Amino acid sequence: MLGKLTWQAIPFDQPIPLVAGGAVFLVLVAVIIWIIVKGHLPYLWNEWITSVDHKRIGVMYMLLSLLMLLRGFIDGLMMRSQQALAFRAPGYLPPEHYDQIFSAHGTIMIFFGAMPMMIGLMNFVVPLQLGVRDVAFPTLNSTSFWLTATGALLVNLSLVVGEFARTGWLPYPPLSEAQYTPGVGVDYYIWALQISGVGTLLTGVNFVTTILKIRAPGMSYMRMPVFCWTALASNLLIVAAFPVLTATLAMLALDRYLGFHFFTDTAGGNQMMFVNLIWAWGHPEVYILVLPAFGVFSEVIPTFSGKPLFGYRSMVAATLFICLVSFMVWLHHFFTMGAGGDVNAVFGIATSIIAVGTGVKIYNWIFTMYGGRIRFDAPMLWSIGFIITFVIGGMTGVMLAVPPADFELHNSLFLVAHFHNVIIGGVVFGGFAGLTYWFPKAFGFRLHEGWGKAAFWFTLAGFYATFMPLYVAGLLGMTRRLQEYDVAAWRPWVLAAGVGVLITLAGAVCQVTQLVVSIRRRDELRDETGDPWNGRSLEWSTASPPPAFNYAVLPNVHGEEPYWEIKRRTIEAQHLAPEPDYKPIELPRNSPTGFITAFFATITGFALIWQIWWMVGLGLVAAYAVFVIFAWRDKEEYEVPAEEVAAIDRARRSAREQWLAAHAQVGEQV
Amino acid sequence: MRANSAQPICPAHAVSRRVRSCLRTAVRISPLLPLGACGGILDPQGPIGDSDGLIMLNALEIMLAIVMPTLVAALLFAWWFRASNTRARYLPNFDYSGRLELIVWAIPLLVILFLGGVIWIGSHDLDPYKPIASRNAPLNVQVVSLDWKWLFIYPDQHIATVNQLVVPANTPIHFYLTSASVMNVFFVPQLGSMIYAMNGMVSQLWLEANHQGNYYGESSQFSGDGFSGMHFTMRAVAPADFASWVQSVQQGRGPTLDLTGYATLEKQSQNVQPYAYRSVDPSLFRAITARTVPPGPGPQTGPGGLRGHPRPEG
Repeated sequence: MLGKLTWQAIPFDQPIPLVAGGAVFLVLVAVIIWIIVKGHLPYLWNEWITSVDHKRIGVMYMLLSLLMLLRGFIDGLMMRSQQALAFRAPGYLPPEHYDQIFSAHGTIMIFFGAMPMMIGLMNFVVPLQLGVRDVAFPTLNSTSFWLTATGALLVNLSLVVGEFARTGWLPYPPLSEAQYTPGVGVDYYIWALQISGVGTLLTGVNFVTTILKIRAPGMSYMRMPVFCWTALASNLLIVAAFPVLTATLAMLALDRYLGFHFFTDTAGGNQMMFVNLIWAWGHPEVYILVLPAFGVFSEVIPTFSGKPLFGYRSMVAATLFICLVSFMVWLHHFFTMGAGGDVNAVFGIATSIIAVGTGVKIYNWIFTMYGGRIRFDAPMLWSIGFIITFVIGGMTGVMLAVPPADFELHNSLFLVAHFHNVIIGGVVFGGFAGLTYWFPKAFGFRLHEGWGKAAFWFTLAGFYATFMPLYVAGLLGMTRRLQEYDVAAWRPWVLAAGVGVLITLAGAVCQVTQLVVSIRRRDELRDETGDPWNGRSLEWSTASPPPAFNYAVLPNVHGEEPYWEIKRRTIEAQHLAPEPDYKPIELPRNSPTGFITAFFATITGFALIWQIWWMVGLGLVAAYAVFVIFAWRDKEEYEVPAEEVAAIDRARRSAREQWLAAHAQVGEQV
Repeated sequence: MRANSAQPICPAHAVSRRVRSCLRTAVRISPLLPLGACGGILDPQGPIGDSDGLIMLNALEIMLAIVMPTLVAALLFAWWFRASNTRARYLPNFDYSGRLELIVWAIPLLVILFLGGVIWIGSHDLDPYKPIASRNAPLNVQVVSLDWKWLFIYPDQHIATVNQLVVPANTPIHFYLTSASVMNVFFVPQLGSMIYAMNGMVSQLWLEANHQGNYYGESSQFSGDGFSGMHFTMRAVAPADFASWVQSVQQGRGPTLDLTGYATLEKQSQNVQPYAYRSVDPSLFRAITARTVPPGPGPQTGPGGLRGHPRPEG
């Protein structure tokens, strides 16, 4: 009746997951009860859960990402503390638990921390920057989000029901085959990623379509903000790479469930086929993550330098160059396979060629600062921190791209330090820069500057204190994923990294405090103008938070920095453009399709993991039925009357009048 | 006698020697670091380790040549053009310069062109399969990674060891590697290159120790719950000592390794103490790679491996 699921699945004998899981469960129940008792449920359901508004979905992605970053960071704390204790001692985490933790850390950080962070920013920003009302397929967008949330839920469920994979964040066979890992851990991994992978692929389709087909009048390709370009490149990579992941995991599932022999020890299976395939997805994946972050810096640095981005065309070219070449380098993840000099050399050279594109970008950002008037608000601090950190991470990356060096550094803590150097320094810093930069746009008030800066400095210092020692440990020959070790020379560096992670913890605490303090003091931090940073692209021309329709009248774009142009002309003319002729606006209706589909996808995923076949059938049929019902809907849009549009836009215009008056008084030049 | 000493790979050779000795000294004099046998890859003890490390440092130096100015420029521009600095010139429309763009593309391109040469030559010179030239005849060793220990078979001496490797110094060692179950990586940091041990396949690796000593060896590919215990000591001894060690193993009281003994050895066990087999079935390695003996059985006890499993005795 319940497949493999028995009471043994609950870890009554293991206090750490039981207590942690129990506490999270109680908090969740308490929050749900509070929501119901306080009567917030209708608001939550109508305004958020069923919302198909790209801005709301973007915010929900960011929220999911922040929660999962915390969860993954706790895993990281446990790994660092275990290794700090595990010198000639068992530490406090036995291997079967420690192995789950580092597997969960990587999986959660990449798929449910970093990905939702970047996709959340893209969701919020891209339609605003393109000057349009929403993405191409709003309901599909909501479905993408909820399927991603399903994956995150399944991974976290494994904490209390069963176990998570003990195979690393990429489950290399034959270790991940049923013969060597018979438990449900790898199955949790497979189905969580398969379901969220569908969501990500749909996001890719959605955003490629949006950017290629839906832009404001006059917004030609070469006038798109660089963030939109990097979003386009990133989503093209998603569309090209995620099917590879889906197929690879499907083959692994066939091996495990139906006794196929794609990657098994025997009967002609070949493990290296998995390794090749997973990295054919895995390497583009890191550019899927970092390209939008590059886009964030390309928005933040010009804004806070008070001048346009240097070398716009070079930036676009470098982005597309990276997008293309990132598909041709996957073999550098396993030079030590012994492929021979020719193969290794080709992939090594291709890998270092990517550094050309990145190098160009770095120089362009530096020249953007040249001749600027730089304001060091938190987003700019994250950006400068990024430039320094990413250059160092890029350098160690090119070292690893040299096959003979990789023969000594492969899988070492040097490698671990390198990819944290680029992912934290690139993606996470980019995410936080974007979060602090666009937060006032999303909510109408700024984040607290002091706590934001404290978060930056602690995170930066914590990063260096954690990972610089790990570079050294790697040079001393320490490999990754050790639950216990007995080499005295490694110990001081491992301990140093343990101290470093505590500094990072202080950074994380500052981030949370920043959010809490900012929300409590939102009236002091309020921004009425919609343009708190003196921005240059279109999103700053609308109100904060933007109305559901984004723009009362779609903007007409001239040039690469449309809003900067508008502001300049306004100040010269000393009055706003004449009031436009307001017309009613049609918007997509909210739909619970995404949420209900994901609900049944969760049931299907859970049933597949525990092999409860009747439930699998039920879940699939129900999920399909939801989609059929959605396809049969009669009304898909509602109309915002012209008077309402006019009222909302007149409020914005009056705020801008005041802004103009203030600028006229001090005679300030923008 | 080192016949294959480190080749000068690029003109930065002399510089990099100096940098390396500095780096090595820096690591050595670090007050935190006891001077142990385990200096890792910065303290190479053989020609492959020397050359791998040299290329790594060459690559680092080449990149530092542009990375340092870049970092300085980034910090300098950010500081000088701060909004409060009235002496800095504000150029609100400076967003393009053909000359700068040329430089911006040319610098990384030239560096990567140079580095590409290093990569091409290095990949071929230091291909793990490439034999090390030497006056001394190479020693053949067959390596089998098991759950969770290393089996070393000396095919010409008809002996085998578990979790310890004894080799003559100044003699090239020709390793043939495979796995009986899951993937592992064979790695002796101070001797240089590592390579995968994969089931159903044989990879090859040439290493040589220039000095007698004990070198730390490990698996560098996570292979399951017993992974942390998969390390071993590689003892490089004088050729005469090696011969007498072989003799003592052959004539000792150690077990013999035939297909039945292998079936027991193959079962999962952790933190296995080193020991030696006085004789070994000569067809064993072939049988493992050709899969005519069954692969490692994986976990045998516990509720389907659901949540840990009792560890078999080591």
